[in-house]
Amino acid sequence: MKVGLFIPCYVDQFYPKVAIATLELLEKLGCEVVFPTNQTCCGQPMANSGFEHFSKGCNKNFIKNFEELDYIVCPSGSCTLHVKEHLHSERKVLEATHIRQHVFELTEFLVDVLQVQALDSKFPYKVGFHSSCHGQRGLHLSSMSETMTVPFSKPEYLLEMVDGIEITHTTRVDECCGFGGTFSVFEEAVSAKMGKDRIAEHEKNGVQYITGVDMSCLMHLEGILRRKQSNINVKHIAEILNGN
Amino acid sequence: MKNKTIEHAIEAKAFGLQESRVDWHDETLWFIRNKRDKAALSVPEWELLRTYASAIKDHTLSNLNEYLMNFERQAQKNNVQVHWAYDAEEHNEIVFNILRKENITGIVKSKSMLTEECHLNQFLEQKGIQVTDTDLGERIVQLRKEAPSHIVLPAIHLKKSDVSHTFHEFLGTEKDNNDPQYLTSAARSHLRQMFLASEAALTGVNFAIAETGAIVVCTNEGNADMGVHAARVHIASMGLEKIIPTTADLGVFLRLLTRSATGQPITTYSSHYYKARPGATMHIVIVDNGRSRQLGNESFRNSLKCIRCGACLNTCPVFRRSGGHSYHYAIGGPIGSILAPNNDKSKNYDLPFASTLCGSCTNVCPVKIDLHDQLWKWRQVLMKEGYGPDSKRIMMKIMAFILAKPSLYKVAGSTARFVLQYFPFLVRIKAFNPWIINRELPAAPSISFTTWYKKNRK
Amino acid sequence: MNSREKILAAVKKNKPSLTPFPEVKFDIEKKQINELQSDFISVLQSIQTTVKKVNSWQEIEAAILLLRQKGYYLFNAIDEIENDRSLLTNQTKVDLESLDFAFIKGAVGVSENGAIWIEDKNFVHRLLPFICKHLCLVIEADEIVSNMHEAYQCIECNETGFGVFISGPSKTADIEQSLVIGAHGALDLTVYIIENPAEKSP
Repeated sequence: MKVGLFIPCYVDQFYPKVAIATLELLEKLGCEVVFPTNQTCCGQPMANSGFEHFSKGCNKNFIKNFEELDYIVCPSGSCTLHVKEHLHSERKVLEATHIRQHVFELTEFLVDVLQVQALDSKFPYKVGFHSSCHGQRGLHLSSMSETMTVPFSKPEYLLEMVDGIEITHTTRVDECCGFGGTFSVFEEAVSAKMGKDRIAEHEKNGVQYITGVDMSCLMHLEGILRRKQSNINVKHIAEILNGN
Repeated sequence: MKNKTIEHAIEAKAFGLQESRVDWHDETLWFIRNKRDKAALSVPEWELLRTYASAIKDHTLSNLNEYLMNFERQAQKNNVQVHWAYDAEEHNEIVFNILRKENITGIVKSKSMLTEECHLNQFLEQKGIQVTDTDLGERIVQLRKEAPSHIVLPAIHLKKSDVSHTFHEFLGTEKDNNDPQYLTSAARSHLRQMFLASEAALTGVNFAIAETGAIVVCTNEGNADMGVHAARVHIASMGLEKIIPTTADLGVFLRLLTRSATGQPITTYSSHYYKARPGATMHIVIVDNGRSRQLGNESFRNSLKCIRCGACLNTCPVFRRSGGHSYHYAIGGPIGSILAPNNDKSKNYDLPFASTLCGSCTNVCPVKIDLHDQLWKWRQVLMKEGYGPDSKRIMMKIMAFILAKPSLYKVAGSTARFVLQYFPFLVRIKAFNPWIINRELPAAPSISFTTWYKKNRK
Repeated sequence: MNSREKILAAVKKNKPSLTPFPEVKFDIEKKQINELQSDFISVLQSIQTTVKKVNSWQEIEAAILLLRQKGYYLFNAIDEIENDRSLLTNQTKVDLESLDFAFIKGAVGVSENGAIWIEDKNFVHRLLPFICKHLCLVIEADEIVSNMHEAYQCIECNETGFGVFISGPSKTADIEQSLVIGAHGALDLTVYIIENPAEKSP
């Protein structure tokens, strides 16, 4: 199965290990992975700030890089959601539609398309699970505390296949970490407070790592953890599933 | 262009300076969200109820003019006088004129967010009418000359010591007696006098029934009923979106409303007013104030389905940590941030940005308003129309330019990593980079994934 | 164009295309009468309401007589027994302010939330259920239904000028979320459930 790798711009620049882990994991699971090297950004930072009308250039470049591929996989819930909902083109309507219908977040791809049943990975640590909002409520990667439905979680289903891992949850099971894109800068005080509160809950559980499907949430939490010189580290789910 | 002085971010930061108070505000509202969850879980058909409520409201809005006319016809058959107010000013004038015609100089009020939106209290007071809010929380904030900070829990931002202090000053209660029972008793005695003395009572409207011309008001305290039945003039102010088709529909809405608001199965009183009692008169004021405009806007029309339960405020992690006053509008939180820009874009363009778009609000909404999607859409509208700081606009344009071109993106990326690694002090200036106030920046890897891939895989 | 015309014209112009009214149908488990009653009672007790089961109207009359003998200021609006309905019409709000007890019969009780429907044709003076200190509502055992949908099927809403669902005594939590029972309405509520004598086992 040929899969196009879509790597969020900040992961490409600041967290290449997450991209490498995603690539290796997909290859281990039998995919032929191609990484279009001229990809840049999905346009979400501008769009969420109210400037979707500036992101036509990003959309054009995205379509150019990914239009030939049948599966596009991304280790980020929010970037995947953005492309799924907002990738549009006036000139390449069919291509944009095709991409919107074939872009997947990593864990949903593993569970729904590859139908992974087992993983050859070991991570013998206590890990706090952070439920990133866009993946959860936007892509329905898991059930949500607000709605009265049957509980399920695609990311945790995969994590449970990892040898030695102990997964913990916070009392406020799916409260937002406070990153929110440019919110983290323009509403810095509330953003930081939300992050601090998330971390306090994980600390209560005595975790060694915090994981999730979005490096942006983890980058924000890591920033606070480093500031308070905490022993807790963040680790993207791709790295854990890949056995890094 | 178009800058203003009150910004949610600044108010929220000020609210956050007292961290223990923020924690208390946050935990109190989270506790109410939990109560809502328990109540929802106890109703096996909860999600179905939400679907029906949403569909009933969708249908009603799609035939709203007919339902409004039917409502008016039925109400008039019941000898209720129906008035129409195009905007807030007209609403206030209508209320004043009713009182003036009846030679009434004092009015008791039960909770009505619409009257907050119209600034009715200030208007009437300027005209020499004494206005007494009778909901306990509203009376407390009225004495303190504050606005309510939450649509269902007006005094949620206050501690009992604050209330004690206010009651000591205005009602003569014992100094430093913070016992809620004692303070509530004092308010009961004080407001009883007002109920008995008052000849006019104003209520809001939770639901207006087109089929019968009736209005329904829900309270726990009984203040709406004490006011109305002790007065000879009842004025009910309603937004035109409060219409529901039939009495039977109340079954759906009353089962959802209070469970969503506070986790109770129903309020103590769900009062159905059809006709004034003999010797008394009843007026209904139907208010537009921008609602028909919102109706015509496909992106934001759904916000008119709101039944003002407050669940979205309680679940919003930003509202809980910034407090209702940070929203500088009659209603705060997610729904407030959607209604406010329709009312005045120049004053409220910051509100749709007071959110991480986490989507929790959309999930708790009993009438399935797509709240977080509408916040996103308002951001597009407001920025396209030129609101907000020019610096942000310029920064976004530069970002869009760089990110659209692979070569520029690569240069920008490696430059950023270079600066971060070798000149970190440049990016650690709090004034330019708010990130750094409470967080460390990520470490700078020496190469990007793209470079690694080209070296190792191509 | 006056405001009414302006508003209706704007609404007509701006409303979306017609969506149909949904068929509201629930598959709610039909409960037995004794289960309905026990649910009703447990909800009422959880909202600080005293529940008394009686077997006859005489027991209610006796309770009322006892209260009058103790000197309480009381009005009884219940049609089924000797009552004060004719007196109530002329009471002013000032007269009623110090009222201790009010007895009113409800038309239907709702077990999912403890609500009881009362109408002004049954209690004459609209202030009666709110202004008294101690409210007593009487409901017949076979008039308890499961939920609000069923309740609305039982009542004829437009036959009276005013009706209200009352669930528990008045209350507030507006002072730092501390629950205080007794706000502006009644300070407490007692619900009498009259068992249907015909259903009592010998």
